[in-house]
Amino acid sequence: MSNIDLSINFAGIKAPNPFWLASAPPTNTGYQIMKAFEAGWGGAVWKTLGVPVQNVSSRYGSINYRDTRMAGLNNIELITDRPLADNLREIEEVKKYFPNHAVIASLMVESKKEWFQIVKDVENAGADGIELNFGCPHGMCERGMGSAVGQEPEVLNTIVQWVMEAATVPVITKLTPNISDITDPALAAVRGGTSALSLINTIKSIVGIDLDTYAPYPVVDGKGTNGGYCGPAVKPIALHMLKELAGHPEIRNTPISGIGGIETWRDVVEFILLGATSVQVCTAVMHYGFGIVREMEAGLRQFMSDKGYSTIYDFAGKAVPNVVEWKNLNLHYKVVASINADKCIGCQLCHIACDDGAHQAIALPTNGSRVPEIIDENCVGCNLCSLVCPVEECITMERRDDGSQTESWAERTMAGKVPEHFNDPRGGGVGHFVPEPSAALQYKRKDRSGRK
Amino acid sequence: MAEYKRPETPQEYQRNFPPKKPLMNTSEAYYESARCLYCYDAPCMDACPTHIDIPLFIKQINTGNVKGAAATIYDSNWLGNACGKVCPTEQLCEGSCVYTEQDMKPLQIGRLQNFATEAVMQAKTNLFKPGPDNGRRVAIVGAGPAGIACACELRVLGYSVEIFEAKALPTGLTVYGTAPYKITNEEALRENEYLQQQLGYTVHYNHPIQNAAQFAELEKQFDAVFLGLGLGATAQLNIPGEELPGVVGAVEFVEELRMKQHAFQVPERVVVIGGGNTAVDAASESARMGAQSVHLVYRRTKADMGAYDFEYATALAAGVQGVFEASPLRIEGENKASGVTFSRPDGSEFHLPADLVIKGTGQAKQGALLAHLPNISTDAKGRVVVDAAHQTTRPGYFAAGDMVNGGAEVVNAAYEGKLAAQGIHQWIQNKNT
Ligand SMILES: Cc1cc2nc3c(=O)[nH]c(=O)nc-3n(C[C@H](O)[C@H](O)[C@H](O)COP(=O)(O)OP(=O)(O)OC[C@H]3O[C@@H](n4cnc5c(N)ncnc54)[C@H](O)[C@@H]3O)c2cc1C
Ligand SMILES: Cc1cc2nc3c(=O)[nH]c(=O)nc-3n(C[C@H](O)[C@H](O)[C@H](O)COP(=O)(O)O)c2cc1C
Ligand code: SF4
Ligand code: SF4
Ligand code: SF4
Repeated sequence: MSNIDLSINFAGIKAPNPFWLASAPPTNTGYQIMKAFEAGWGGAVWKTLGVPVQNVSSRYGSINYRDTRMAGLNNIELITDRPLADNLREIEEVKKYFPNHAVIASLMVESKKEWFQIVKDVENAGADGIELNFGCPHGMCERGMGSAVGQEPEVLNTIVQWVMEAATVPVITKLTPNISDITDPALAAVRGGTSALSLINTIKSIVGIDLDTYAPYPVVDGKGTNGGYCGPAVKPIALHMLKELAGHPEIRNTPISGIGGIETWRDVVEFILLGATSVQVCTAVMHYGFGIVREMEAGLRQFMSDKGYSTIYDFAGKAVPNVVEWKNLNLHYKVVASINADKCIGCQLCHIACDDGAHQAIALPTNGSRVPEIIDENCVGCNLCSLVCPVEECITMERRDDGSQTESWAERTMAGKVPEHFNDPRGGGVGHFVPEPSAALQYKRKDRSGRK
Repeated sequence: MAEYKRPETPQEYQRNFPPKKPLMNTSEAYYESARCLYCYDAPCMDACPTHIDIPLFIKQINTGNVKGAAATIYDSNWLGNACGKVCPTEQLCEGSCVYTEQDMKPLQIGRLQNFATEAVMQAKTNLFKPGPDNGRRVAIVGAGPAGIACACELRVLGYSVEIFEAKALPTGLTVYGTAPYKITNEEALRENEYLQQQLGYTVHYNHPIQNAAQFAELEKQFDAVFLGLGLGATAQLNIPGEELPGVVGAVEFVEELRMKQHAFQVPERVVVIGGGNTAVDAASESARMGAQSVHLVYRRTKADMGAYDFEYATALAAGVQGVFEASPLRIEGENKASGVTFSRPDGSEFHLPADLVIKGTGQAKQGALLAHLPNISTDAKGRVVVDAAHQTTRPGYFAAGDMVNGGAEVVNAAYEGKLAAQGIHQWIQNKNT
């Protein structure tokens, strides 16, 4: 593994590795950032500096899914509430101790004059780069900043131009996911001259309701407000948006820092495969502390060594070409579920998931065992059973076509071979088995008390 | 051996009988309940004699609806708390949990059941309401698990219920028989109190029903009679020396131990004769009470033992020594038992000295009492014969529990007692239409 070099040059910002702390509570202070660098992080985006704010008490809420704490985290915290001068002094100090680590100042102010001033301030303090926070979806947006900017491509474009005019260090524009098409603000930023992009910031959310006070979490004296959602639950949304940018002809040459739900080496590799060339982490650190980077780094190195890569640029973006439009998928590809009876524990979740939630293709056993049976003809290869099965590698999806034919919806359309009416035999669902509706009546809800 | 010091205070007694299934705290219940897969047609439910909707109550615990979880449990089993503690779950629900199919740890269903039921008992949450009074009265003889379950179910159905109990305490062998590390006296009694307080059945203690005149009186005053008498005293060995002081039946031994606790003196050398769960329990408990040596002697092989493997393992861990293929010939002693002579299958004999001989030979059936009730048939094994509604061959008399199943578990008695109540209800309704 000795030939692996994790160092990056992200739009001119150099760092010993791609693991950066996202602008958030873990980057509140010089103390935290230096502790993080000691722990192995390669960069940090300072907690957003800007206009004076005041925070509330009671700030976070979370989704605990079964035994998993903080599967999703929600917060109503604003940008930093520490004095600007203190932050600038600490940036300077961190850079003194860690000249080769990336220290990026996240900024959020209003007027052109303020932007010019604060850019100069952080550059003088020694920041290696600047990140523009156009993402915060609570509080700051009510004051016309944060996601209020991120949702207005024209305003965003103007501010990026101001900053590019003033800045001598690279500038990253951080986007909000609270928008229907992420390429709109991304294009506005690229056209404004931004050096790089980062995404996602948090997603506007209500994480739950207190069932005694009827107020949303986090509850502030009987009331709440929408917060910003992050953590493992948001990763799929972040990956999708990342791919939208990495696959866009006008945007893809701009470096992207991936953010959103990153906690493990797998997450890191996935973000890089979809085009990110640095990653930022907040929730995982808020949950486990800076030490979580050990697992990320070890896993990334292992992956790279297994695959024979020496830098992350060897595989960055490799998954992007494989994300295509639905119409380009091969309609002849056919998989069918297969149960490994030796591994099956008989929970029968696959049966009920398929019977109630999918395609009635898994029968209960009739031989006295508890291992369900796949009805091959009915199986559409949807994967659901293999997803619910609690046993590792017990249900596998076996390929049934011989791979000789490939034909997509787009190709069929071109060839004039798409179904034209509902009984058209070229339609997929025609002839697929479904039980008679009345067959459902045999399943009576049992009353366990036996009283009726 | 003597792994256990003889207990002299309540604290030392408790130390020697630490709970086998201690109460979970909220975090443990949360994480444990999260493991349940919510199986379809869950095998654990089938394996529970009362068919508790286990995936449902476990999910309710996980979603913070602990009260609902307790309601789900009691919906199926009136002794939900006791059962969570004393059920041989290894053989029942937990033994069937799908995790065991791949040698993974099953859900701790018994302890989760305790967690939910304990929570409502401690909070004195009202879960039950008697049904509207239907003017009918049912007499229940025996306040064991069968009798209590029958009483609760009848109250929900609107009957007024009076229980006649020979002893001073309710719950039958739950308090008098099960091993103290499974359930304490307080715990056993508390559940009855919880049920009785909400459902309002009357219990007459120290009130045996033991002659024909008493039964006739019950028939006069009540619309139906339920018998939940359990089994009788320990059966005879029919060997010389059996009548000597220092020879006791296992059931009687356990009862005395449970009532006297640390004040109960178990002597140095104990020999227990038998291979069933009761014999193994008595041996285990003797060791925990500080006996120097405890031999459990069974006439057949280890594999033939009626006791569950895990109960035998518990006994071994407490310091009990197993001796197999040895039949008792006689108990020696002048004024008091001093030892037992056994014979081997090859005809050889050996002697084990003993200050206490415990006969774990099973409980006798209730034949003598039933003689007062002509027309109640029993089968070849002395078990009372009932139909699907738990009615005996004597009309208006219903029965359940050990006296019907020949001796099973608390959970079986609880289930059958409830079925009998429903049978009584059906019978009375049919009579009136
Ligand atoms: C030593 C021992 C250990 C056991 N351990 C366990 C265990 O760990 N787990 C488990 O699930 N089960 C265990 N059992 C079995 C369980 O206790 C019984 O299956 C269950 O208690 C049977 O309930 P029942 O209501 O049928 O009878 P019992 O519990 O025997 O109750 C019968 C009641 O009727 C009363 N009675 C009897 N005759 C009369 C009369 N003439 N008039 C009025 N009242 C009368 C009795 O005093 C008693 O209260 C154990 C049994 C023994 C003996
Ligand atoms: C409590 C909290 C405060 C945050 N504050 C900021 C902030 O000041 N500036 C900013 O750009 N992003 C802020 N974020 C968003 C994070 O930087 C990051 O974009 C988001 O949490 C997604 O990453 P994650 O899933 O790793 O947490 C904050 C997030 C949290 C949880
Ligand atoms: S989900 Fe998996 S373990 Fe459960 S019954 Fe189906 S195949 Fe077996
Ligand atoms: S009553 Fe006993 S067998 Fe039934 S679920 Fe509870 S612990 Fe298991
Ligand atoms: S078998 Fe086990 S996992 Fe399945 S429902 Fe029962 S307790 Fe839960």
